[in-house]
Order: sequence, then structure tokens, then C-alpha cells
Amino acid sequence: MEIPYTVKNRPDTGIYNAKLGVWLFLASEVMLFGGLFSAYVLLRVGAPEGHWPHGWLDVRFGTVNTILLALSAITTLLAWAACKVREFGKFKFFHGCTILLALMFLGIKSYEYHDKWIHYEIQLKDGTFADGHLEEQDDKQVVLHGRIVKDEKDLYDLRAQKDIQLGEVKIDRASIVKMQNYGPWHNTFTAIYFTLTGLHALHILGGTLVIFYLWGPGSKMYKTDPERFTNRIEVSGLFWHFVDLVWIFLFPVLYLT
Amino acid sequence: MQSNVQQFPPNRTEEADAHADHGHDHGHDDHGHHEHHEPGFWSKYIFSTDHKVIGIQYGLVSLSFMLFGLFLMVMMRWQIAHPGVPVPVIGPLLAAVLGQPAAHGIISPELYNSFGAMHGTIMVFLGVVPLAFAAFGNYVVPLMIGAPDMTFPRINMASFHAFYLGGLVMLVSFFIPGGAAQAGWTSYSPLASTIPTDGQAFWLVGMVLLITSSLLGAVNFIATIIQLRTPGMTWMRLPFFVWAQFVTAFLLLLAFPPLEAAGLLQLMDNVAHTSFFLPTGLAVSGPVGQVSGGGSPLLWQHLFWFLGHPEVYVLILPAMGIVAEIIANNTRKPIWGYKSLVYAALVVGFLAFIVWAHHMYLTGMGQGIATFFQATTMIISIPSVVILTCMFLSLWGGSIRINTPMLFALGFLPMFGIGGLTGLPLGLAAADLYLHDTYYVIAHFHYVVAPGTIFALFAGVYFWFPKMTGRRMSEFWGRVHFWCSFVFMNLVFMPMFAQGIKGMLRRMSDGGVNYSAAKVPGVIDTLPGTVMELNTWILWAAVGLGIAQIPFIINLFWSISHGEKVKSDNPWHATTLDWQTPTPPPHGNFAHEPQVVRGPYDYSLPGEVNDYTPQSETGGKSAH
Repeated sequence: MEIPYTVKNRPDTGIYNAKLGVWLFLASEVMLFGGLFSAYVLLRVGAPEGHWPHGWLDVRFGTVNTILLALSAITTLLAWAACKVREFGKFKFFHGCTILLALMFLGIKSYEYHDKWIHYEIQLKDGTFADGHLEEQDDKQVVLHGRIVKDEKDLYDLRAQKDIQLGEVKIDRASIVKMQNYGPWHNTFTAIYFTLTGLHALHILGGTLVIFYLWGPGSKMYKTDPERFTNRIEVSGLFWHFVDLVWIFLFPVLYLT
Repeated sequence: MQSNVQQFPPNRTEEADAHADHGHDHGHDDHGHHEHHEPGFWSKYIFSTDHKVIGIQYGLVSLSFMLFGLFLMVMMRWQIAHPGVPVPVIGPLLAAVLGQPAAHGIISPELYNSFGAMHGTIMVFLGVVPLAFAAFGNYVVPLMIGAPDMTFPRINMASFHAFYLGGLVMLVSFFIPGGAAQAGWTSYSPLASTIPTDGQAFWLVGMVLLITSSLLGAVNFIATIIQLRTPGMTWMRLPFFVWAQFVTAFLLLLAFPPLEAAGLLQLMDNVAHTSFFLPTGLAVSGPVGQVSGGGSPLLWQHLFWFLGHPEVYVLILPAMGIVAEIIANNTRKPIWGYKSLVYAALVVGFLAFIVWAHHMYLTGMGQGIATFFQATTMIISIPSVVILTCMFLSLWGGSIRINTPMLFALGFLPMFGIGGLTGLPLGLAAADLYLHDTYYVIAHFHYVVAPGTIFALFAGVYFWFPKMTGRRMSEFWGRVHFWCSFVFMNLVFMPMFAQGIKGMLRRMSDGGVNYSAAKVPGVIDTLPGTVMELNTWILWAAVGLGIAQIPFIINLFWSISHGEKVKSDNPWHATTLDWQTPTPPPHGNFAHEPQVVRGPYDYSLPGEVNDYTPQSETGGKSAH
């Protein structure tokens, strides 16, 4: 038994099975991220005046990651084109680049996560707030690289404050009411930030694994069935472009506004 | 007239046997690869990629889950009728298995809540949807469109295994400390994040697996129907059942992901202590909780019902497809208004996405929004009525054959009618203010799903059983099953309308005792004794309904090996392609690629010898 149209297009629909399948899958992915983006909108619109953070994420890292993914979209396309004209060497080169770019993206993303993980907000007994990156801590005191503010609200809009002076802040353990890092539990912004980018990063990871498989052990198929192999590159490329596209939305929504 | 083209059914009984054994697949398929290995038990029944085996796997597992859901329901009905009284017969077993929540065989309020939440979850996500969509869809759709299998057989297998795993996670959650999820099948936050049990996390993980399964299934179904229609099977020659599954697959594809998103967010709330759905200043039995706040409980409800309402049509559309096939077959005439049915199903599919907030009139989301959703809700009833009307009109002037599938299909029509019409007051915001969260709602949606959809599913089991096994189920016991189920279903659900109108709320583990006239005399609008007595009636009707399923279970398994053998591949004299295969269909289904030349319901064509003309049969006149 053989399933028809696994490689060739069906004449009246003009598409082969896997390509249709991945488009349908992407439609469902649009609804998945659509649900999360609408959650973002509702949480942001529903946030009390002045409580939605601005400027918490480093635009420089976001920009570099955007460029990395844009480049990887180009190399993915070139890898597919190389398969189309049956230039296996070029395919290997371009998809090799795709994998490297994806790994660089994940590396930068992990650094950003780490940066949030060691970033603490400490509520003090005198009603002020210490905020900054943890340098060291022991039973007696906590040392942050950051600052102390009078009002918690001053921590939300970093973009409006031009001259933020950061320095070493030493805090006595005894004067701490609450100490919490900028993890997902910190507030709804960090929650949706970690959820959205985390799910996106999982998609990047999954896509990278698939592309790595097709680049490495899976590329044996090129010798036996180059047309089917090219289709696989096309289908995985469609997924990769979708993941890039999600980032194109994530970047302005989380970093720039 | 059969002799000049490919013969359907060709004379190939021995070959069918050989295929059925998965022995040496050296049939005369001129378009297939031949598998010369002997598949063992595991690859044949567990890790099969054959759509028919997967369909049957789905069918058996989902029927088992439905039985389990029924059991939970009977336990709950006992608790409602006799709150705080140990469950007879089964009580000691509950106490032994579940421990403290069922101490002395008494169902505690927490356990009642678990049973309620899991009854809904199991019936919807592990019972009816997998049976209606995955089981029947898998088995019948490729046969009806003349395909050798689904487009992605291995993804099909993965879909079943994700489903099975999801079901296991749900079952395991009964035995963890704290018990299974208790926040209702709708899992409203913040309730779902504040009940001290990990059951909710299990529920969410289970749901993610089930959603993955349905995603894989939906992609497969749509791709199969688009890509693998046999030559001549144009869109308007598809049997209505295929159309119904097609629309259903789109609903699953597009409506489930927002619930997956919501599930991920709630999982973050429960595990990573975020506050997506937890408002600022949330206090749970005491001081304000240590959550960051700022979340929105309404957000959960929007995301949940964005799935939840299309889900209703996921439950009902495949059932309508089954009923349409059976009615056309047993009235021996074309289904009335085929095109209206198809367009109505498409309109239902589209509108299903913009009615969700009619579940939320009482949440304070605002009157403007309520008005919009009230309007769309009234509009969506039009195509539903079109479908039901077409089916009723199909009966007109037919020479109706009464058999078990037809009885269940005929039972479906008025039952679904009652369910649908009683929904109208709930769709109107003003009436819903009163009826919301009462037993009226329970009665309404159970009429749609239980005697509605489930009757259609029973009809489907009796109808396609001969194709699956080559034997018929017992007609006598089938009729016993139908009439007993029909009577008891109505005895269970009809009184609930009265209870609801009298103001009895759902989800009360004591069945409303604390609001009864007997308990609080002199208070206005308490529940009168007659309404409270109905609880006992419903209990025994529910027990009767359970007993009424015994003939079905025995019939189902006994008939596999002892049922009356069918004499041909087309025992019902049907027109669609699923009856043009060998019985049971071998791996790869058709001996030759069928060529379709006519519409799906060419029954009683004037001038023909037989009163049915299969879709692949050339010659004679074509109705479409």
C-alpha cells in the first residue's frame, strides 16, 4: 500500500501532502500564539495605571536576536534553493549556518534569562525598595549592584528615567521584608515574558533539532530520493519561517513598547 | 451493468481473509507495496498505522472511558439523592481504593467535586470526542472517500498514543494525595489554582496531551479529505458524514490551541506561581495570598470558552453526519437538501467561533458584549435547525426500514431537538440570568450530548459493526438496548428541567438539601419537597440507564465472534464507498482505486434494478 501524493503535487489541489499538513499545523500554531498574545493584550490593558513595565528588557540583545533569526530565514531559503538545483554542498553550508544562527539565538536568550534570574527586588522595612543584580549574599547581608528607590512605581518605567545611577547596595538581612527575583512569579509582565519567549524558544529548539537531523543523519535521503528530501527541507523551512515570524511580533511587543 | 467496469465488491473473500490476517499480502493490488513480514501482536494491534485499527483502538478506549464516566455519574447521583449515606455495594470498594476522601464508603464533598470535574472531562474529551471524531472518523472517512489510508499514518498512530497517555494521566490523578481536579470540567480560575491538590496540574498536563492528540488528528483528517479523495470524488459528491468530519476537524484545529494556551498559563499559575488568572488582593480562606496579582479571571473564561463552544459542535457535527448516513440508507431515498446540509455545516463551523461568551453573561463582562454574543447565538441556531429539518424531511415519503441503527438515529432527532430548543432561553441574556448554573443547564446540554450525540454514536456502532467484523450485532438485544436507554435517558434528564426552573443549583454535593423547604421552613423560594424527591427518581433512572448498557456491552463483544455472518460486503445495501470494500477491509482498503461517478445518495433511482446505486457504479442515471 502506498499513500498517493507524498512527493508529487496532487494535480487539482496543487500541493503535496506534507506541505498541506504543515500549513494546517501552522494555522493551529497561529491560534496558539494568538491566544497567548491576546492574553498579553488583556493583561496589559487591565494593568493598573503605571504598573506595566517599560524598558525592562535590553533592546540591544533583542535587536541582535532579531537579526540572527532574519539571517537564519535567508539561509533556510538558500538551503532549500540549493536542494532544488541539486547542489548538496551548498545545502550543507547554508543549513549549517542556520543551525549556528539558531544556537547563537538560544545562547543570547539564555543570557537574558540568567540576567533576569539574578535581578532582585527587595522590599525593605523602612518602606523603600532595593533593586539590582545580586552580587553576593550570606546569612547577614545581601549585596546588589543596583539602586534604592522610595516608591515601587519608580521601578516600572525605566525608559522615562534618563539618569539612573547604579552602584553597590549593601542590605542587612534583618531589614528585608520580601526578596524576590525577576522570575515569572514577579509580576504579570515577567510572567507573560517568560511564557511567550519560553514557548518560542522551545519552538526554536524543536526546529533546530529537526533541521539538524535533516542536515546530519537525515541527509542520506538526498542520495536515494532527492525530490522527497527537498520537500522535507521545504516543509521544515516553512515551520522555521513561522517561528521567525513569531519573534518579529515578540520583539516589538516585549522589548520596544 | 457491473460487469463492464471494476467490480465492486469484487469476488475476493479469500483474499480479504488473507489481508485480515495480515498474512502474506500478495493480493492483486497493482498500486501497492507488498509487506512480506509477519507483523506480531504489538505492531498489529498496538503500534498499528492502519487507520481502521486506530479507529477501533480509539473506539474501544473511548467506550471504556464513557462507561467509567457513567459510573462516576451514578456515584454522584447517589450522593445527591442520599447525601452523607454510604454508597451501597460499591462504597467499601471506593473506601479501599481512594482512602480518606471516601472514608466509610461515604462520598465527601471534595470527592464529589472530583467526580463532577472528571465526569465532565472524561465524557467530553476522553469519551464522546474520541469516539465521534477519532474512532468513526478514522475508520469510515478514508473508506468513504476511497483512500488507501490516512495521509500521515504514523502521525495517526502518534495521535492515538498521545490520547491514551492523556487518559492515563487523568486516571492516575485520582490516586494522588488530594485527589483529582475539583474545579469542574471548566477549571475556572482562581478556584482551580487555590484548591490544595496537584490534581489540577495533572488535569492540565493530561489536557495538553489530549490537545496534542486532537491536533495531530485534525491535521490528518483535513489533509486526507483534501488530498486523498479518489478520482471523481468531487466536493459535492462527498457523503455528508465526511463533510461533518471535515468541519469538525477545522474546529479542533483552530479552537483547541487557545485552550492549550490557557492551559499553559494555568499550569504556570499552579506550578511557577505566576498570576495570569489571579487578581490582586486574592484572599483564600484567610489572609491575602502571596501572589503577585494583576491577573484576570475573565481571561481564563474567554480562552476556555473559545474552545468550549466550538467543542459543542465538535460533539454534535459527527453525530449529525452519522445520522444523515443512516437515515438516507434506511429511508431508501436521497437525503433531503444535501447542499443545504453542507452549507449549514460550514456556517455552523464558522459561527461556532463567535458565540463563546454566551457562557459568560453572568461574569460582568459588560452588556455590550453580551448583546453581541446573544445575537450570534440566535443566528447559529438557524443552520442547526436547517440540518435537523433536512433530516426530518428526509423521512417524508420514504419506505422506512426499522432496525437498531435506524431506531437510534430516529431517537436522535427529537432528543437533539429538545436539547437545542431548550438552549434558546439560555442564549438570551435576560433569561440566562435566572437559569444560569441551575439544573436546567445540565438538562439542556445533556439532551444535546447524551440522548443526542451518544444515541447517534450507538447508531454508528450498530451500523458499521458488520463492516468492521463481518458479523451483525443482535437485532433483538439492540432494540432492548435502544428502548431501555431511550426511556431511562428521558427519566434522568427530563426532571432536571423542572428542578432547574425551580432554582436548584448545579454542583451542590448535597443535592440542594440546605435550600429545601424541609430544612429551612418559612423561607421564600426554597426547594419544595416534590422537587427534592425527584433526586431519588433520577438516581434510580440513572441506575436503570447503567443496567440498560449491559445488553449493549455483551452484544458488542459476543457478536464479534458469534454474530450472524453478513452475506455480502454491503449488508445494508448502501451507496457510499465504505461498503464497496472487502469485509473487513484489508490494509490498503480497496482492491482497485475506485472511480466515483455519482453523488452519495443515489437510492431508488427510477429505472434501476436495485433501489441503491453505489457511487462507483457507472451506467444508469446520475442524480447529481
